Amino acid sequence: MENLFSLFINSVFVGNILLAYFLGMCSFVAVSKNMNTAVGLGFAVVFVCTITAPVNWAVYRFFLAPGALSWAGFPEADLSYLKLITFIAVIAALVQAVEMVIDRFSPELYTALGVFLPLIAVNCAILGTSLFMVERSYTLMETLVFGFGAGVGWLLAIASMAAIQVKLRYANIPKGLEGYGITMIVTGLMAMGFMIFSGIAL
Amino acid sequence: MKLFKSKSFSVFKEPLAKNNPISIQSLGICSALAVTVQLKAALVMGLSLTFVVAFSNLIISSMRNYIPRNIRMIVELSVIASLVILADEFLRAYFYDISKQLSVFVGLIITNCIVMGRAETFALGNSPGASLLDGLGNGFGYSLVLISVAFIRELLGSGTVFGFKITPEFLYRAGYEDMGFMLLAPAAFIIIGLLVWLQKSLMKV
Repeated sequence: MENLFSLFINSVFVGNILLAYFLGMCSFVAVSKNMNTAVGLGFAVVFVCTITAPVNWAVYRFFLAPGALSWAGFPEADLSYLKLITFIAVIAALVQAVEMVIDRFSPELYTALGVFLPLIAVNCAILGTSLFMVERSYTLMETLVFGFGAGVGWLLAIASMAAIQVKLRYANIPKGLEGYGITMIVTGLMAMGFMIFSGIAL
Repeated sequence: MKLFKSKSFSVFKEPLAKNNPISIQSLGICSALAVTVQLKAALVMGLSLTFVVAFSNLIISSMRNYIPRNIRMIVELSVIASLVILADEFLRAYFYDISKQLSVFVGLIITNCIVMGRAETFALGNSPGASLLDGLGNGFGYSLVLISVAFIRELLGSGTVFGFKITPEFLYRAGYEDMGFMLLAPAAFIIIGLLVWLQKSLMKV
């Protein structure tokens, strides 16, 4: 239990998927101008990350990992090289399915998240979470916590960025640095702030 | 020179500076920053991406008249994913150390917006030859930024270039120290921001 808690804190703050591993930068730069859209996209990422990471874990564990197919009578089969294409297909399919389910059962949530869901299929943060999960050989519970933590970390980063952007509108920024340039520098400063958490040992 | 005025040359040249995918269009930054601690890793990453974007453009452009419009995304994704798997397996077989260092970032080329973006905006509407050149141009434009960032980070961070010691010994004796900060994540963001500033003010956009 303690282990899972520290993994969660670690994936939200110290190993923040955006500020420490640079994943999901493209949508981060494009969407962080408006607070509402930023938070909407952030919640969609939390949602999709938490679902796709465990599903990809199961797919990897029972079909792709070396020796995983022994239940089907192929103990020496190693399909792990197919993980990239499988993961992206699982993510795209899940996003589609989630979109349909939300549309059917919760129209309010659909209007809030709907436009962001298709964007998410190609968000590197989602695929990155699944790939890190394989590389660090997490168990199912750890994967679940890590997926959720990574999503929350991303949400935290984009929400704070959107808040800073509101203030930046009144700042006197040198020409040429406006927009993209200053976004990167502010993100850098934010990443520095998040690094302080690496001193925390749980 | 006629070659330098031709249309295909400008397709190749545009993305190198004037329309650079990273610094002007702000695409594909995701993976760009993580691998720039060392020049060698950055170079390999740049080459892998160039390979993927050039060939995905070529393949998708040759199929462009046969792909039904509403399933084009999934077709593009499968072409790109297959090419990325090729690149990943190749690195793992011949450059194992670098492949370990790049870890998940080679796999993340699949979701790199440059590859998808070029397939959508260029390859679907142009001939295979032009698309190949466009892919090469974008790949080199991306590599150029990656290598410049990696050069700055490796030189200031560990005093080396491609692993060779560059900072002379007397500087260290005079009290100079390598900037450990350059090796950390925030430095990458700040260097990219400054590079964008430099490029925009040089080009007056």
